[in-house]
Order: sequence, then structure tokens, then C-alpha cells
Amino acid sequence: MALSKKTNSQLLFNGILTENPIFRLALSMCPAVGISTSVMNGILLGIAVLFVQVFSSCTISAIKNFIHPRIRIPTYTLTIATWVTVIDLVLAAYVPEAYKAMGIFVKLIVAFAIITMRLEMFAAKNPVVSSFWDAVGMGLGFLFGMVTLGFIRELLGSGTLLGYDVLGTRPLLFFVLPAAGFFTVGFMMAVFNSMELFFKRMKQKR
Amino acid sequence: MKPIRSYIVAALCLLVLLLLVCGCGSEHRFIKGTSFKGENQIVITFAGPVDAGWAKSTGNYKVYEKPDPDINLSISSIDLSPDGTTVTLTFGLPLNQAQTHIVTVKEIMAEGKTQGTAVMTVKKVYFGYLLSILLGAMIIKNFVFTKYLGLCVFFGTSQKKSTAVGMGITFTLVMVASAMMSWFMYQFILKPMRLDFLQIVIFIGLVSLSVQAVDTVLRKVNPALFKAFGVYLVLVIANCIILAVPLLLANNEYNAAESFMLALGAGVGFLIALFLMSAVRERLEVADVPQTYKGLPIAFITAGLFALAFMGFSGMSIF
Repeated sequence: MALSKKTNSQLLFNGILTENPIFRLALSMCPAVGISTSVMNGILLGIAVLFVQVFSSCTISAIKNFIHPRIRIPTYTLTIATWVTVIDLVLAAYVPEAYKAMGIFVKLIVAFAIITMRLEMFAAKNPVVSSFWDAVGMGLGFLFGMVTLGFIRELLGSGTLLGYDVLGTRPLLFFVLPAAGFFTVGFMMAVFNSMELFFKRMKQKR
Repeated sequence: MKPIRSYIVAALCLLVLLLLVCGCGSEHRFIKGTSFKGENQIVITFAGPVDAGWAKSTGNYKVYEKPDPDINLSISSIDLSPDGTTVTLTFGLPLNQAQTHIVTVKEIMAEGKTQGTAVMTVKKVYFGYLLSILLGAMIIKNFVFTKYLGLCVFFGTSQKKSTAVGMGITFTLVMVASAMMSWFMYQFILKPMRLDFLQIVIFIGLVSLSVQAVDTVLRKVNPALFKAFGVYLVLVIANCIILAVPLLLANNEYNAAESFMLALGAGVGFLIALFLMSAVRERLEVADVPQTYKGLPIAFITAGLFALAFMGFSGMSIF
């Protein structure tokens, strides 16, 4: 068993910046492209993913010694599916309008690669507490990515933020188009890459 | 031992097919067929001549669109063909032929005897409709470029043409198999027992089950094929489309043939998207791309251009 030696706060920031699920690992891209048209969508789906990630990480980490290695992937999938059913029913009951806007994506959290990957790589090998912090970090990283994308697209596309008029004009209507999701994600990834290059050069100079 | 097992498999397949056929058609034995005619007519063909007095009475027919059972459409006139086997219902307003209509015929009277009440569905020319579902899922509403699903696998396996084709074919096969199983589960088990809320768990379970089954069968039956396609099988589970299609089938209440077409369209559409993308990415490998855009960022921008191109298909409707 490869126990992680990182402290809890390191685990938290690992998920948000160094291994950001959307911009660095390039996992679970479907919602990042599909429904990042507004900040509100990003926040709601981010919270849903955070919830599912934390609960399934804790569940798998707690029962990891009872899972036969050959059926581990189906076990992970079914655990995630159970928690997704829970959050799906809760969202449908309490925020029906936003739930409609997100459409099928809430149910599709089951198939997001990021959750299964964290269960396989981390929760299945580490104790409950550090799995919890890792899951929170990954979930917040996803939330951060979704909100950033939503911020850019909502501000540039329709000139609003969270539904409030900020700019008064619509600078680049193009960003409202569904296809613009691909471009926004591509540009953001390039920004992250150039930041990495910049820091590397700074280190080399020293 | 072996022949017995193959008989059992064949019998099971036949049973499933029979059930599917039973699930599709629920026509009355005395009615040969129903169809739309012109703007505002429905034609009902009977197996034998019916009584003119019964056929001419408007009260014996009840017609409504499937989604709104409360709104009965008003019939303006009824014509009976001279041989008494064909009835043409004319409506005051044009019919919305994109919708399925339900026609209830009360106590059919033929040669003085009653033949019972019949409930029928009237649909547009069926093969055209099926083809439009197939093409719709494949191109007009391509799952990758217009619904933004299955992107992780899409970007992961579109670097080489050979990989793209392998992934696309494997995916299509698993997609069709698991969608049909999910449809069956939903229509005959989940819906009658009111377990709709379990659909996510059941559908994803069926997907992993069918992936495991294909894996095991392929490994024994054709090791060469397994070597070529086995790697992609695991990736199939991580693809959102495989779960999105059963959910769509459940939401839209498709029947067996329509479900098959949608699943096939989704699979082939994914194959098309992968192939197009891999053709471009093979060129991008040798192109002079700025350092920060190398790899995924430029792939995303290419996909965005494809998505813009695919928007040109939107609003198109066939048949």
C-alpha cells in the first residue's frame, strides 16, 4: 500500500492547482464544455460533483479492505451511482429550475472520469481522513474550473455575472454559442501551460 | 455439452426477440392497418367489410395525440369505401403528423356481429421516421459536437486513425447491446414496478455488465480481435454517451426499433467524430504549433471549429 505522505492542506491545494481536474488533468471535460455558459450552472454542478466525490471517496476508503480486487471497478461505479441518485433527487426537489438548465449532466456525473480515477488512485489506498481531504481538494478544483469558465463565458458573452448586468453591453456574443465552450477551455489550458513555462524559466534563472 | 449450450443461447435470443416484437405491436386482430393521408385524414383498413351504419357514426371514433389524452380531435366527416373495408376519417384541422396519434374504435360491427373495441396508434411512414432518428443521432445532433458528451475518451483516443476506428467500432457494439438491455429493463421492469429513480444505478450496472461480457466472450472466441480491441473496452465505461443514450430512451419513451436506431446512430456518430478528429490531429503532429498550445489546447480549438461546422446541420429535418 502506497500511503500518501502529504499533509491534509497539501492534499487540498494539490486538487485545486497542481492537479486541477479540468485544466491540468483534462478529465471530465463534458460539463466544462457543455454547460459552462453561466457562473450559476458552474457553481451548482461543482457542488454536486464535490458532494459525490467526497461521499464516494469516504465510502470506498472505509470499505476498501472488503472489496475483491477483480470487481473493484464495478464496485466503484455502483457506489458513485448511488450517491449520484441521491444528489439527483435532492436537486430535482429543491432547485427545479436550475436542475432543468443542467439537464442530463447531473445524472452523467456517474460517468465522469475524475471521480473513478480518484477512487482508484487515492481512496482505495489511503485512510478515510486523507481521502476526505483529497476528495475535497479535487471537488473544489472542479468547482474552481467550472466557475472560471462560467465567469469568462458569461461576462464576455452576455455581459452579466450571476444574472446581474455588469458591463451593460455584450462584448463578444460568440461566447454564448455552445461551440465556444471548446475554445474557452482550449484558451484556458494554454494559459495554464504558459504559466507553467514561466515558472520553470524563473526557477532555471535562479 | 456444447450443442446443448448453443441451443439454450439460441432459445434465449428467440425469446428476447419475441418479447421485443410483442412489445412493439398491439394492434387489434380485425384491423389491418392505419395511416395518415393528406393534410387532415386518417385511413383505417379493416380485415373484412364493416357495417355502414356503424362506420358512419362519429361517436364510435376517438382520436387524440399521444402526449395529450384529454384533447379529443373533432372529426368533420367519415367516408366508407364501396367494399366496406376502408374508413377515411376527415378532421376539421390539419393533423400534427410528427406526433403519434391514438385512435380508439368502439365496438366494431361487421356483418351484424361485434368485433370488440380496438385501440391503435397512427404514425408517419415508419422507415422514414426510423431513418430520421438514425441520421439525427449520427449527424444533426451528433453527440460529440452538438451535445458535448464523451469528450474525455474523444480527446484520449483521437491521436491516430487506427486507434480512432478501433475505439469507434468497439464503442458502437457495446452501445447497441447495452442500450437494448437498458431499454428492456426500463420498459418491462423499472416502469411497471415504479422504480424509475433507480435508473442511473441499473443502467450503469448493465453497461459494466455488458462490457465484462464482451470482454470475456471475445477473449475466448477470437483472441486476435481481443488483442486489437480489448484495450478500448475499459474506456467504454468512462464515456458519458453510453449512459446518456439509455437515459434519453427512458425519457422519450422510444420503442424497440427506435431505441436500436438511436443507439446505432450515437455509436456511428461517435465513430465519425473520432475519425474526423484523428485525421486532423495526425496533421497537427507535424504542424508548427506555438509551444503553449501543443497537445490538448490546439485539439480543443480544432474541436471547436468542428462544432461550429456541425452547427450548420442544426435546424435540418429529414422526412
